[in-house]
Amino acid sequence: MTRCIMKNNKNEKSSTDRRKFLKLGLLSSVTAVAGTSLISNLTSEETSTSKEKIRLLTPDGKMVEVDAENVNKYPEAHITPSESRKGIPDRKFVMVIDLAKCKNARKCVEGCQKAHDLDYNEEFMKVQLIQDNPEASPYWLPKPCFHCDEPPCVTVCPTGATFKRDDNIVLVDNDRCIGCKFCVTSCPYSARQFNWGHKDKFKDTSQPYSPETSVPAAEGTVMKCDFCPDMLRQGKLPHCAQSCPMGVIYFGDKNEDIVTNGDETVRFSELIKDRGGYRHLEHLGTKPNVYYLPAVNRQFPLERGFNVDEDIIERYKDVPYVQQLKKDGKI
Amino acid sequence: MDIDKRKRELVKEFSPALENYSLKTKIWIGCLVAIILVGFYAFLVQLINGHIVTGMRDNVVWGIYIINFIFFVGISYSGAFISGILHFFKTPWKNSVSRIVELITVLSLIIGPIFILLCIGRLDRLHYLFLYPRIQSPITWDIIAIMTDLVGCFIYLYLTFIPDFAILRDNKELKVAKWQKKAYRILALNYQDTTEQRERLHKITRTMSVMIIVLAIVAYTVLAWIFSLTLQPGWNSTIFAPYFIIAGLYSGVGVIIISMYAIRKYFHLERYIRKVHFIAAGIVLLVMSLLFGYFTFSEYFARWFSHKENDVHLLDTLFNRYFWEFIFANYIGVLVPIVILFFKKFRTIKSITFAAIIAVLGLWLNRFLIVVPTLETPYLPIQDTRAEFVNYSATWVEYSLSLTGIAAFCLLFTLLIKFVPIIPMSGIIDYERDQKKYNKRQPKKAVK
Repeated sequence: MTRCIMKNNKNEKSSTDRRKFLKLGLLSSVTAVAGTSLISNLTSEETSTSKEKIRLLTPDGKMVEVDAENVNKYPEAHITPSESRKGIPDRKFVMVIDLAKCKNARKCVEGCQKAHDLDYNEEFMKVQLIQDNPEASPYWLPKPCFHCDEPPCVTVCPTGATFKRDDNIVLVDNDRCIGCKFCVTSCPYSARQFNWGHKDKFKDTSQPYSPETSVPAAEGTVMKCDFCPDMLRQGKLPHCAQSCPMGVIYFGDKNEDIVTNGDETVRFSELIKDRGGYRHLEHLGTKPNVYYLPAVNRQFPLERGFNVDEDIIERYKDVPYVQQLKKDGKI
Repeated sequence: MDIDKRKRELVKEFSPALENYSLKTKIWIGCLVAIILVGFYAFLVQLINGHIVTGMRDNVVWGIYIINFIFFVGISYSGAFISGILHFFKTPWKNSVSRIVELITVLSLIIGPIFILLCIGRLDRLHYLFLYPRIQSPITWDIIAIMTDLVGCFIYLYLTFIPDFAILRDNKELKVAKWQKKAYRILALNYQDTTEQRERLHKITRTMSVMIIVLAIVAYTVLAWIFSLTLQPGWNSTIFAPYFIIAGLYSGVGVIIISMYAIRKYFHLERYIRKVHFIAAGIVLLVMSLLFGYFTFSEYFARWFSHKENDVHLLDTLFNRYFWEFIFANYIGVLVPIVILFFKKFRTIKSITFAAIIAVLGLWLNRFLIVVPTLETPYLPIQDTRAEFVNYSATWVEYSLSLTGIAAFCLLFTLLIKFVPIIPMSGIIDYERDQKKYNKRQPKKAVK
């Protein structure tokens, strides 16, 4: 099964069908199909010997019939480190983060931590409080790995432990990583973390290691946000996008020109055009695949974001706005 | 016949250093071994508990290990450069210092890369560098460059040793251990000091002297690129490679002067290492300090004047948190040597050595200020409550291993000069031979 979906299918006719299935797939988490998820793979429709069909319900209530082999067996299937080097065929994954909707609820951080078996202070997704200049209104910036098209981390890696896939995802293979930390210093977005000491969770053998899940982590190696390819293979959204109660995080495929936050599905190009989407630190030339929609017409006042642990608020103490708040005795 | 007599004389002169270990030497070696043993324990602590025992964390992922690495490789590179020039141009007074310089070159090139190994999280996977090499990575370039440099420097050092090994082998009066005599015999490679052999050896040494200059420049340039090819505000600089080259020479000349001073004192070599050598090295140090100051100024001035936001942030950190370090590294470390070395009346052996010490310390701090503050001021602000993740401070493990590096350098140096005379005997003989030829030729010319 795993191998099937790896096959690159260039068939014209099937690509339209695939488009349909992607939509199905990405939305499946909020529909009845969740669980036995779908993945578009029409190669097998032509070559497969089994003609068994399965009937499934789509999000918009239609019944569809698909080839049984197209029903994905994830999460049972295991993607080995070498298999994880090939991307999911014909996909260009992209994320759009709507800053106007973020209120620092930190559900994305927690969802991600839970899924990747991370400790309290280990965050693949960080929420930063950014104030671009003293006059500007500060905003919450959820910051995953940007999965750049020109990733400096991949260029400098001496062993190819970190790599860029065809589907835009940049992964780390911690079986290959020698821990030189050059990638950490070369990432301008501080997206990478290092496992400095030993932790019991590294010995977890309940699931075999896959770069697609980043679990279990290993001592003396690097880790970072992986865009949850294991979820994508199941046609689900990454954990952060799923966990966000505000629908801040949209995820989708640039090839299909569709992104969804689970509630609404929109055209990626139109969203970026209409809402003034931008990429962080564009001038560095890293060509990120995470886009931001500016924090205009906000749905929540910024103060709502301070309803978090004391320890978390303490992180933002250097932001001029927070210093002002403290001076006024508001926090 | 005359030459054989001279050889015996020289061996007699230098043999005390080779034959017996004085109490002072034994204590010195004992101290060094003690430091190294503590360092070995620190290394075991780091190996067992992981890098958590260091002060390095997610933002400052490189600490004083990498600073020591740049520092030692810099010394080696400048040693190679200076030694190459001394040999190539047949500098008349090269004999007194050339072996010191060559030993510094090779030893620091052995010690330096050990520090980069301490930086690596998974030493058990080191062979992956060769199993899965990626030629695009500057680290791969660095490995190739440093390994080539190391091989080149080894060959070069060995070439300069061969005639001395032969002299020591042929001397029957030398009272050294049997294994040592055997080693001389094997290492001398049946060199008989015939005219043909001598000329061939000179030719090869001369070729190698040019080769190692090139190798050293390449190796140190690649090392500078490790930093300047990233996007980080304090590192992404076009002048980093030449800046590192100058800085390496500056620290290297400093270390050479300090070693000259220590060796002169210890072995009572006042006859060989004279004030003229200190002054010559001091002048080189002066030129280097001027160049180094110029590069440092250009580097920071451009950042300050154009004041890009991230550069300003970096300079703020340098002038607040690292104020005294910055002043020492880039003001005192440059200006004090310049003042001492510029005025003739200040140029004494002691003051020149003092200037060299200031220069070396300043340069180590300068490397620190290049590595650490940059990592503390990334593009996106560090928002963390854990102090050790915001600012770097080295732990005892790191300090202990750094001292071990210095101690290992000194120990190897001490042991090597117990094995080969610190002043190349063959060099002295060659020089005297040339001198004789020259003297013979002079009167003839006068007749014409």
